[in-house]
Amino acid sequence: MGRLYAIEVIYRGIFQKQLATRITRSIVLAAHEEGKLGISFGRYGDSPERNGIPAKGFAIVADDQLTLEEGMAKYEPKEVDVTIAVDDTLCKGVESWAWYGLQPVNKLLKPGGTLLVTSREQPETILQMAHRKETPYNLAILKGTVSFSGLWVYKDDHTDVRILGAIAKILPGLFTLKSVQKTIVDQWNDSVKAESAARAYERISSVAVQPDQGNPETPYKFNFPKWHEMGEGIAIPSIPAGKAIKDPTTHESGGFRPDRNPTFKKYTTRTMRPVVNFDTCIKCTLCWLQCPDSCFDVTPEGLYDANMQACCGCGVCEAVCPVKDCVTMVNETAFEDNASQWEAWRKDKKGYEAWLADKIKSRPERSHGFRYRGQYEEQVPEMLEVARKG
Amino acid sequence: MATATYVEEQRSTDKTALITGSEAIAVACKLADVDVITAYPIRPYDTVMQYICKLVANGEMDCEYIVAEGEHSQFEIVKHASACGARVFCGSSGVGWMYAMEALTVTPALRIPMVAMVGNRALDDPGAFGVEHNDALTVRDLGWQLVWVDSAQEALDTALIAYRVSEDRRIFLPCAISCDGAFLTHSQALVKVPSQEKVNEFLPRYNRADLLLHPDNPITVAPQGNEDWVMEIRRQNYAAMERSSLVLKEAYADFERIFGRSYGNPFFEEYETEDADIVLMGMGTLSTPVKVAIRQMRKEGKRVGFVRMRWFRPFAAAELAKSLGRFKAVGVIDRDYSFGSPYMSGVVATEVRTALYCAPGPKPPVLGFIAGLGGREVTVPDVEKVANSVGRAFLLVGKN
Repeated sequence: MGRLYAIEVIYRGIFQKQLATRITRSIVLAAHEEGKLGISFGRYGDSPERNGIPAKGFAIVADDQLTLEEGMAKYEPKEVDVTIAVDDTLCKGVESWAWYGLQPVNKLLKPGGTLLVTSREQPETILQMAHRKETPYNLAILKGTVSFSGLWVYKDDHTDVRILGAIAKILPGLFTLKSVQKTIVDQWNDSVKAESAARAYERISSVAVQPDQGNPETPYKFNFPKWHEMGEGIAIPSIPAGKAIKDPTTHESGGFRPDRNPTFKKYTTRTMRPVVNFDTCIKCTLCWLQCPDSCFDVTPEGLYDANMQACCGCGVCEAVCPVKDCVTMVNETAFEDNASQWEAWRKDKKGYEAWLADKIKSRPERSHGFRYRGQYEEQVPEMLEVARKG
Repeated sequence: MATATYVEEQRSTDKTALITGSEAIAVACKLADVDVITAYPIRPYDTVMQYICKLVANGEMDCEYIVAEGEHSQFEIVKHASACGARVFCGSSGVGWMYAMEALTVTPALRIPMVAMVGNRALDDPGAFGVEHNDALTVRDLGWQLVWVDSAQEALDTALIAYRVSEDRRIFLPCAISCDGAFLTHSQALVKVPSQEKVNEFLPRYNRADLLLHPDNPITVAPQGNEDWVMEIRRQNYAAMERSSLVLKEAYADFERIFGRSYGNPFFEEYETEDADIVLMGMGTLSTPVKVAIRQMRKEGKRVGFVRMRWFRPFAAAELAKSLGRFKAVGVIDRDYSFGSPYMSGVVATEVRTALYCAPGPKPPVLGFIAGLGGREVTVPDVEKVANSVGRAFLLVGKN
């Protein structure tokens, strides 16, 4: 029996689908340069993908056909050599459409495997998000701006080839840098990309992560009912109507908080979240009206508090808000919890003001999706610059 | 003609009417006080919608009667009405039934009770409108309860039984009553029409309970589900269909008690089988020429019997296999086709073989015949030919 390699790419649905496919395909092609066999596939249960929902692609590579079949006999790998998170906010966990509950980003990693994350953050920030794992593993950060594009397009900011170069270093048995570069030139006929791969190969380094490091929270789990415990007729109870909110300072009730899906939270579906300046809010209702996920709770005084159970981080609220600096989208990596902003503001307005200023100032906005023609072309040079500096 | 045996004197409240099989089902709808009926014309099913709209126009029946713009809508409308707690009726024939296929698929999956009449008709092409059973048989794997009747009386009685079983909370599955085009849908026969009081005693109101689609019971029906759920949902439907056999038996027993008419074994009817060497099998109205042929053959000393399949879904495999184990050979006459099937057999022959294969007792050989397609007459000599072929094949009957 030969050696079996499994690599997963965790990505944001729609925005990174093309990126993930390019990575898993190129892994197989590069390994094939050295006579190995492999398959590349996306997890079918993730389809149809939706904006930002965590999804997975896989590359399975083996020395020979029989070993490859061993790897293919499973619907998807139960353990992997390398997990690639092409968006650092995915380190908060993976709540896919393919299953129920929250899967830690490092769940499938073999002992001693490597979590490779594209990020501009330091390992400490990543480990605040990634859940603790019983066995040690390595964390490697590929410095760069997270690459988001559209369903059919890839921004071509070299994230794909840089990841391939990094894998050649992390998992040298899989393929050499030379094979990676040959695959890159064969596919895209671009020597600059081959150079980017080499640069990533040279610079990538990793830190060891011990079992006591990481987010200590217990991931949300979902227990499936047996067929005879389930209700019949493919009917599910509706979500009950909501109720009033209690003010944490006056203890008076008012406003309205809709009840939300008890089994599907959106804590990990965001790459950014809105922060709200309640002092400048003019109560125009636009964010509340336009939010596609009904994420805004109405407070007793008629303000709008983005509830992180339901927010997908789409940014519509910021776009429709007519007040400058009232709603601002901030990188999700800046947050350690999902607490109510309005409650924090009610309890300590000065403190909240400082917190808000810090979030807005210290964390760059990130964008995803296509907003106007030529947008991606504008973004690529800056992203390449970040990548070159490493 | 009638297969029912009278176990007691008819109660005086019953009236006799000269009506077709389709009209008998329409009368059953009236007696069952059906709430919503959808219609779209296609022969031979249209005979039932014509009679129902006459009943409505005459003020004899109070229901929503909706003529849809096609069979797919026809079946979707009653599906939704049933989800809202209405007792519903609809039906179709041949390619009309096929046009409704997507709606036919989701109805049992959502556990929607519904009674439909299939006026069996050949599928196009050619555009024939005589009987073939392939239309109704297309849904055999989907969770529809399927029954074939052979007389107008049985059509009426079975429609009442179908409502009772379909709307039973343990079942909640649709039921299609197959009536052979022309032979049953267009032939008038004398039918005992039971009194409203007896029907009311037999048939409780439909209670959708926790699955009722109503503003006071907010639920979502038919959400998207991934692979974590689908096996469980299918398993539930297996269980419901399994329970259907039991609930059918209960219903037939109650039917006999209240209406005084017995059908014996609900699942299949046996004719002249006590001492039979070989039996013929089939569904629907070919029972008439078969029975006549058997009487003639018996005069010649040939010990031939007949087993008429009534309920095809649920399929009473164990009971049928036990009964067939008594005979030396079985000849199945299918009024359907299944091109490329095992041994080129029809659907019923294939299922009968399956039932026997897994049974613990003796397994007589099964020979399959296809007859009467597109409404062609199955004659008494045809039946004798079939019986003789079975006899010759297994060296049981004389040389002819």
